Amino acid sequence: MEIPYTVTARPDTGLWNAKVGIWLFLASEVMLFGGLFSAYIFLRLDAEPGYWPHGLLNVPVGTGNTAILIASSVTVVLAWAALKMRQFTRYKIYMGITILCGVAFLVVKLAYEWPQKFEHFGAYIKPSALEKYEPYLGNKHLLSEGLPPRVEITGHLHNHEALHDASIKDYEVGLDPIYTDPTNPKMDRPHFLYVPPTEKIAHIDKADVDRATMFLPTHNTYFATYFTITGLHGLHVLGGVIVFTYLWLPFGSRLYRQNPEHLANRVEVAGLFWHFVDLVWIFVFPLFYLL
Amino acid sequence: MNNPPTTEPVDHETEHYAHDVSKHVRGYLIVGGTLLFFTALTVFLSYVNFGTQKANVAVAMVVATIKAGLVAYIFMHLSAEKKLIYRILIFTAIFVFGLFWLIYLAWYDPVVH
Repeated sequence: MEIPYTVTARPDTGLWNAKVGIWLFLASEVMLFGGLFSAYIFLRLDAEPGYWPHGLLNVPVGTGNTAILIASSVTVVLAWAALKMRQFTRYKIYMGITILCGVAFLVVKLAYEWPQKFEHFGAYIKPSALEKYEPYLGNKHLLSEGLPPRVEITGHLHNHEALHDASIKDYEVGLDPIYTDPTNPKMDRPHFLYVPPTEKIAHIDKADVDRATMFLPTHNTYFATYFTITGLHGLHVLGGVIVFTYLWLPFGSRLYRQNPEHLANRVEVAGLFWHFVDLVWIFVFPLFYLL
Repeated sequence: MNNPPTTEPVDHETEHYAHDVSKHVRGYLIVGGTLLFFTALTVFLSYVNFGTQKANVAVAMVVATIKAGLVAYIFMHLSAEKKLIYRILIFTAIFVFGLFWLIYLAWYDPVVH
């Protein structure tokens, strides 16, 4: 049985069916991400001063990934335009670039960004012990500047076994640069370039710590929302790459030979999904990386 | 029942459409460049102190909304779509507005205050 109205428009809607279908699907996607963004807003508004971290993500890498997604949005629309102009070789090139961009985005996220976070450590200091760690936190300076306090010390954990071994009484942390010179005004706001943890070691007594973990979703509400939203977004990127690859492989050539307009419509529908994925990232990037 | 689809494109229609699409290609490239520029602008503005964190968030969201608008209007072809698509989007917008209105109600609790 042949599915009707895959190429020509239905008289009543004026649209071919898949286009109505994808927009209805995107409407549901807006609500899905809308719910997650509203959770983000709630958690952020409700965070006590100092408990919503800034500058923990790698901004140049995030900017690069944003550029990759924008480039892929351009190439997918060019791939569709090439089909409309019956330039199949160009379609293959543009679609190939789109797939590469999608894969590059996922590789950066899964092979670099996330693992880097999993190796980073943070310890929330108990309010009663903040004074003891003032040389690392510099809260008097921040207070005088009208800035929120620092309540967490982050860096590279040297004694991983301390996370599980109750007999080890402190965490040995190679400090992030911000804690080596906390009263320096240059450290008041996050830097653009990522600077790895230093060799300066701090010993943080477990008795002074509210909670301490690697940068996992359980570390704080910031990372919980970060991993949830970027993870779901990454799944969407993966879905898009799979569909594009399907349309790029011999299936695409076969459909093009049968009916090029049908392939163009399929690419348009997949492209609409891809643009939506780009659109979500346009909000994710500033909310998590910059603000 | 639905009519079976037309599987053979009409040549003169295809040529006309192809000509129409070729005019848009340059526009897609310009929009792509504009989006990259706005991305750099977002990063730059995030390091400018606008006085309060709320002001910085507002500025970043304005730039992001412009970028999202460009993607939707040009890449997703909302500049020239059929009425049904706009109707779907209006309903979506109403529900999204309702969702964020709930945040407002919960956060500011106007009934108690």
